[in-house]
Amino acid sequence: MDFGLILVNALGELISPTTAAFALAAIGLSVHFGYTGLLNFGQAGYMLVGAYGFALPSLAGWPIWSAFLITIVMSLLLSVVLGLPTLRLRADYLAIVTISSAEILRFVVSSTSLTDFTGGQQGLNGFNRAFAAINPIPEGDYGIGLLSYNAYDTWVRLVAWGLVALAAFTVFMLMKSPWGRTLKGIREDEDAARSLGKNVFVFKMQALVFGGLLGSLAGVMFILPRSLQPGNYATTLTFFVWAILLLGGAATIWGPIVGSMVFWVSLSLTQGLLFGAIEAGYADFMTISQAAQIRFILVGLVVMLLVIFRPQGFFGNKKELSFGV
Amino acid sequence: MASNTADTVHVEVVGDVGPGCKKKDPIIVADNIHRAFGGLVAVDVAHVEIPRHRITALIGPNGAGKSTLFNLLTGFDQPDSGEWSFDGLSLVGRSPHTLPALGLVRTFQLTKVLGLLTVMDNMKLAARHQIGEKIFASLFPWLWKKQEKDLEDKAAEILARFKLFEKKDDYAASLSGGQRKLLEMARALMVEPQLVMLDEPMAGVNPALTESLLHHISDLKELGMTVLFVEHDMAMVRQIADWVIVMAEGKLVAEGEPDVVLKNPAVVDAYLGSHQDIDLGAVTGRIPLPGGTSSSSKSPKKK
Repeated sequence: MDFGLILVNALGELISPTTAAFALAAIGLSVHFGYTGLLNFGQAGYMLVGAYGFALPSLAGWPIWSAFLITIVMSLLLSVVLGLPTLRLRADYLAIVTISSAEILRFVVSSTSLTDFTGGQQGLNGFNRAFAAINPIPEGDYGIGLLSYNAYDTWVRLVAWGLVALAAFTVFMLMKSPWGRTLKGIREDEDAARSLGKNVFVFKMQALVFGGLLGSLAGVMFILPRSLQPGNYATTLTFFVWAILLLGGAATIWGPIVGSMVFWVSLSLTQGLLFGAIEAGYADFMTISQAAQIRFILVGLVVMLLVIFRPQGFFGNKKELSFGV
Repeated sequence: MASNTADTVHVEVVGDVGPGCKKKDPIIVADNIHRAFGGLVAVDVAHVEIPRHRITALIGPNGAGKSTLFNLLTGFDQPDSGEWSFDGLSLVGRSPHTLPALGLVRTFQLTKVLGLLTVMDNMKLAARHQIGEKIFASLFPWLWKKQEKDLEDKAAEILARFKLFEKKDDYAASLSGGQRKLLEMARALMVEPQLVMLDEPMAGVNPALTESLLHHISDLKELGMTVLFVEHDMAMVRQIADWVIVMAEGKLVAEGEPDVVLKNPAVVDAYLGSHQDIDLGAVTGRIPLPGGTSSSSKSPKKK
């Protein structure tokens, strides 16, 4: 077993675009759930809309800014469609509608009758040419210590983490403003907020749109280093984002970012160790594909332990949980 | 506060005093408010007026429809029929969140403090016309920092009055039941209302705090506000109310000055059930009264 390589791989996950994408999606979810109390179980749907909204115009040869614009507009439309009928109702309805619409979207884009348009089950490839074309970084390898990346990989990482930083800063500014205070008030008691003159529906819609937008941008960042596979947008994706959010702390700025890092680094570490053990013959009782599943079981176990022993997440305020409200 | 009704002010009535009587300067006028839950008629009020600049108590036994009437008047529930207006402006079909802008604010029977917000944040949240509440403006603190500071000063002043200033940085969830009632009332004042509607302000408050809460309610009147409150505690009603409206089985059954109304045998009966032989229905007129006693309080102090 090459522990050095396992560690370097795990370290790479710390700054990988995937980690950034999940951090971004989790920041969006923290706006929804952590700050506003919206139960969005369809963050995968937002990521899917972002992914296709970006990939399709890019493949059609449209300029890169229009791809981002379409992503934003599609995400906004999804929020309106999800929010209009449900945000006036109890929180559970949004949960039901988001989880099912995310699944509907996944089935629609992977349907064979749309193969010419969305690529069907095969998904899409080669949509990142336009994004690579605007890469200002000259050819060559860049890296810190043992990690080294080519110009494109560096570019993707810079953009993805730049977006994460921007999103975290925006959320930080929003949540310490009166707007954020009202959101938290709505989370605590909608009727109280209403009786004090707050248009609860509008605030919830704004939160849904903003958090959803971050989810869709996360969808773009997620596909930049890989191909677009509709199979990736199943409910498990949503639950990974939830796991990350709960790991880090729901209504925190750093929680989603560190949560995503911990999540992906531990997945990488467990994978490296389990695969290494199998290759070295220490674990003959399982196959590589079984090991791949076992690491998710281990991550599930870690999340369970965290929720039991540190329910506020890494960054949450323990004081908030000491009240039974 | 020890002297009963020492600082109560007379309510000027047009015509005879009785259930649904007209006031000289009403702040709320409601007509034919009807609300049924399935077969149960919760509220069926033909006419009611709430006098301006006075403290009006809405009393009645459990299930009389007081809280439902509160919810209907404040848009938290919709009546099957009826019209009502605040300060001459019709409130029919208005969303509850639009009422504070008109100067009407309410509290709830089950106190609704925003638990995981600090006491100060609870206060500041309630203020109207906040620039920083607009999502884009909120990103530019220099646009709202000045207003925020002013709100904080105002909130601090009100909190000091309600003896909650020391708690300003604590989570509202850490307050006791009585302190929560105080906070809810203090928070309502941040709206700068004309009319404060308090749904059972004394429920679950320990006796030590009752006196202070009473003071605060009386103060609202001194500050030029109108108060309408639902209450079960008759001693309290007698102490601070200028006017009492009695409901039973969804209807107004009596109305008048506290001293008069609270002596009305029908009201006493509706409350205490001291005369078990007289059905509540007798009070509401559903069943003819034995001997034809009128249920309304015929006050001699007509003005």
